[in-house]
Amino acid sequence: MSKNPETIALHGGDYRSDPATTAVAVPLYRTTSYQFNDTDHAANLFALKEFGNIYTRIMNPTNDVLEKRVAALEGGLAALTVGSGQAASTFAIMNVCQSGDNFISSTDLYGGTVNLFTHTLKKLGIECRYADPADPKNFEKLIDDKTRCFYAETLPNPYLRVFPIKEVSDIGRKHNIPLIMDNTAAPVICKPLEHGAAVVVHSLTKFIGGHGTVIGGCLVDGGNFDWTADPKRQPLFNEPDMSYGGAKWGEVVPQLTGANVSFAIRARVCLLRDLGAPLAPDNAWGIIQGLETAPLRMKQHCSNAEKAVDFLKKHKSVDRVIYPTLHEGEIAARSKKYFKGGNGALVGIEVKGGVKAGKKFIESLKMFYHVANIGDARSLAIHPATTTHSQLTEEELLAAGVTPGYVRLSIGIEHPDDIIADLDQALNAAG
Amino acid sequence: MKFKVNGNEVFASTGGRPFDKNKPLIIFVHGSGLTHMTWVLQTRYFAFHGYTCLALDMPGHGLSGGKSLKSIEDMADWINSVIDAVGFKEASLVGHSQGCLVTIECTARYPEKIKTLSLMGGAGAIPMNPELLTLAENGDPKAVDLMMDWAHGPAGHFGGHPVPGLYHINTGGMLAKSRTIKDTLAVDFRACDNYKNGFESAKKIKIPTLSILATDDKMCPVKEGKKLADLIEGSKVDIIDNCGHMMLLEEADRVLKVLKSFITTNYPSKNL
Amino acid sequence: MSDKKIPNPKTYKFDTLSLHAGYQPHKNAGSRQVPIYQTTSYLFDDVDHAAALFNLERGGHIYSRISNPTVAVLEERVASLEGGTAALATSSGMSAIFLAVMTLCEAGDHLVVSSQLYGGTVNLFRLTLPKFGIKCTFVKPRDTEGFKKAIQKNTKGIFGELVGNPGNEIMNMPEIAKIAHDAGIPLMVDATYQTPYLCKPFEHGADIVIHSLTKWMAGHGSSMAGILVEGGNFDWMQNDKFPTMTKPYEGYHGLSFAEEFGPTAFTMKARAEGMRDFGPCLSPQNAWNVLQGIETLSVRMKKHCSNAEEMVKYLLGHESVAWVSHPSVPDHPDHALAKKLLPNGRGSMIAFGIKGGKDAGVAFINSVKLASHLANVGDTRTLVIHPASGTHSQMDEATLKFAGLSHDMIRLSVGIEDIEDIKNDFEVGFRAARKPRLVSNQ
Repeated sequence: MSKNPETIALHGGDYRSDPATTAVAVPLYRTTSYQFNDTDHAANLFALKEFGNIYTRIMNPTNDVLEKRVAALEGGLAALTVGSGQAASTFAIMNVCQSGDNFISSTDLYGGTVNLFTHTLKKLGIECRYADPADPKNFEKLIDDKTRCFYAETLPNPYLRVFPIKEVSDIGRKHNIPLIMDNTAAPVICKPLEHGAAVVVHSLTKFIGGHGTVIGGCLVDGGNFDWTADPKRQPLFNEPDMSYGGAKWGEVVPQLTGANVSFAIRARVCLLRDLGAPLAPDNAWGIIQGLETAPLRMKQHCSNAEKAVDFLKKHKSVDRVIYPTLHEGEIAARSKKYFKGGNGALVGIEVKGGVKAGKKFIESLKMFYHVANIGDARSLAIHPATTTHSQLTEEELLAAGVTPGYVRLSIGIEHPDDIIADLDQALNAAG
Repeated sequence: MKFKVNGNEVFASTGGRPFDKNKPLIIFVHGSGLTHMTWVLQTRYFAFHGYTCLALDMPGHGLSGGKSLKSIEDMADWINSVIDAVGFKEASLVGHSQGCLVTIECTARYPEKIKTLSLMGGAGAIPMNPELLTLAENGDPKAVDLMMDWAHGPAGHFGGHPVPGLYHINTGGMLAKSRTIKDTLAVDFRACDNYKNGFESAKKIKIPTLSILATDDKMCPVKEGKKLADLIEGSKVDIIDNCGHMMLLEEADRVLKVLKSFITTNYPSKNL
Repeated sequence: MSDKKIPNPKTYKFDTLSLHAGYQPHKNAGSRQVPIYQTTSYLFDDVDHAAALFNLERGGHIYSRISNPTVAVLEERVASLEGGTAALATSSGMSAIFLAVMTLCEAGDHLVVSSQLYGGTVNLFRLTLPKFGIKCTFVKPRDTEGFKKAIQKNTKGIFGELVGNPGNEIMNMPEIAKIAHDAGIPLMVDATYQTPYLCKPFEHGADIVIHSLTKWMAGHGSSMAGILVEGGNFDWMQNDKFPTMTKPYEGYHGLSFAEEFGPTAFTMKARAEGMRDFGPCLSPQNAWNVLQGIETLSVRMKKHCSNAEEMVKYLLGHESVAWVSHPSVPDHPDHALAKKLLPNGRGSMIAFGIKGGKDAGVAFINSVKLASHLANVGDTRTLVIHPASGTHSQMDEATLKFAGLSHDMIRLSVGIEDIEDIKNDFEVGFRAARKPRLVSNQ
């Protein structure tokens, strides 16, 4: 299989054509259930002696194509699709943590993830400890014997400071702690698994789905983490699972499959089974369509963003432009180290004149859409302080780096001249 | 927020923000047998945009203590006591259905205290069907079911609540059944039926007044609402199409838009 | 209002609600059929509008994980059919149960749970939730007093399926509701196998109803979906057991769900926290598929039930059948309760014992040609499964018995095919079962 994303996007995974009809386009299996060949077949499937289709809450052939293709795109071994990016973040943590455990997360996160980590997982007895990624050592300081994983975003809102993937992954591996990276904002241009991350999660809703039509998420197992090296550190992979006859996932999965994909398998057969946040096959199909052009779109998104950044830097109504390459020193160097082929489509600006000007700017845009989303083919804009981050307290807002006048742009794939023209007229109206 | 009026505990929702003496006060008065919750799609907005809101539970209703008041006049005086009890000297009033009768009477009695008046689904008088009154006074839940039937326009009967996943008619019905029907709905219906001062009191009103009416309102038809509005000098009227008596839920966005424009113009807040 | 004699309320009834509730054509370009809003996002009028939506000041859609117009039609439709105030749809029945539990409980809390449930639900309560600090006590569904005894200081609710799995034991819902309410906690009922056509749990005291819509509600075995429905009658403020419902929640600037949303507080919280954070959202396409199924709910359930009754009669007299379990069987211990709670029909899940034990079961399953052998229930097609050789093949005899299963048990979800064809197919199976050694596995 090629290593080129343009090819992987169309051919990644083992799907060549539909085995039943030779159709080339992926069929949509709008079914909940699958007929067993006979009672032995049923028994083997349920005993995990054989892998196959049982029930769409847990697996579906259309989803399977997407899973394998996304895994190939990220360079991982296996993947699992779920109903949303939030479900993916939830599963990633619940696959390693139980009540009484903790995990360490970067401070730079999507507001919804902050809520999940700070308030909601707490209700399950799981504690989130936050570390500032400016210095990777901040992650090490918070480790104790119940720390199960690290979590971060490769290209986080709002400061767009690229995460120090290898540095933090190395710290983690010293302690048998896997690094989980949310790569939603930087598919194709960033491959966290190559830099030591153990798991990648995506909100497929964004750049991979690409058209603002379908909600979905996924977890990709890098196959590069030894879950059994320190059984005390990873009890969920080393203690017997009574719901599967005492299976120890870290051992059983490599035995059954010949591959180190315990994380992905456990997430599927335990979490999807019990908490049930499956991705509908219709949605999987929609995302497969979007994925086909993801590498092409990312090229266009990134080149448009660079042009927009150049324009914005010179505009009199802009106090400050935020972009991965515009940071200083070490932090800017991270985008060179971890991104290839572009620096993403997300651009932040501080409009001169604070909240009022930010508001006027947003309301003057004619082509950009004012919505709560990123990674659509269309250009989008939002004012986080009053919307996506409005549920955080003032302290939490500042900790997340959201200032009152900050506007976040998700640059689309329209013609760059039109993008710049819309930004220009709206900035002039706000000035 | 809980406070005492005439020795009894009163509950009022403050729309999610703390009660603030430094912001202008808006008081929301619900209809027969209902509670403060009918205002949820208006109060939160105003509370976060510079106003202090009190969506009251009338005595004996919702989470308030005490016994249901027996006349519209008593209810009007009670609203005045509420304003005093919370330490304010003036307020804007918003009423729905029976709440319109109450707020009209209150404005007529205490003209120096009330600054604007907004009437949703109002009329000068609300005479009650004697059979409905009897059902309510017997504590029969059919009275609630009938009220919910009549209070929602044809569109509302299908649903399409502005808040995704909520089903209008059953939600309203539950509110009306949350306290004993005999002691709330029945007393309210009787009070409405007995109230004869509506037109006279309306003539006394000299403050900015808004009437929001709905073309499918069976309980306070547009004709009656207009008749009332005509008696109040300079009053504004907004008529919503395809909507029934529960316009503050059926067409919550439109109601908020109109109410917002009216109140911020006529009773502006410095704290926006 | 006129002085004429008072008519009955003209609010729409079940069959009409199944086709119309939750949708207004004039607000959707006049489209008579519900459109599929295959979108993730929604355009804000201005910053003020956006902020108001995020802060729950106004109703509307922000992002399809949280709500979607097509899914909202489904939610209202099911709420109306159940006689509830509000509903939240999810991507599967299991996520509906999980969200319902997470809306009530946190680590350190406890639930009293019927022991006779779908195996996946048992697993969730017995093995998975305890990992996250939520424990439960299992009580046999007929042991009404047992539910009372199991309530502890930190119990936050009672959960059960009206008709037990697989033994068809019927929970005394009105009594258990009373026990729950006396203790100041809600009763949650999974009514997947009944649908509101056969039983409306709110009428018997339940507070939350849960469905795997995947089954009889959607009906056609095509789409995964779940839902939780709120009755609106439970007073969350009667005690201090539900601080997250009654105390100001930081996440929304000090919002107390119970104070502000009353009869819809549970659903509002489940959406604003659980759905928002855990994200098991339903795809609009799946919601549409479920709506199509619901359009024929009454019609299908009638046929499911009449076919099931005929199958019960057929099996009861059959030489190859050792026993039959179904609430309509004359000597069923809960016959009277069934009549009260399931007046329109007793459902279409039947369990029966095939003479000849495990081998006969295997032969039967491997020989039927019309009935489908798969892991599902509540399809329009007839389905069969033999737990001892399939889904539960790893269990020994004692464990099987504990789960209420046996070597000879076959579970049958009766479909809506012509009843003669179903019986003929069974005859093929029974013939093979009488000579099990001649039918080997492929």
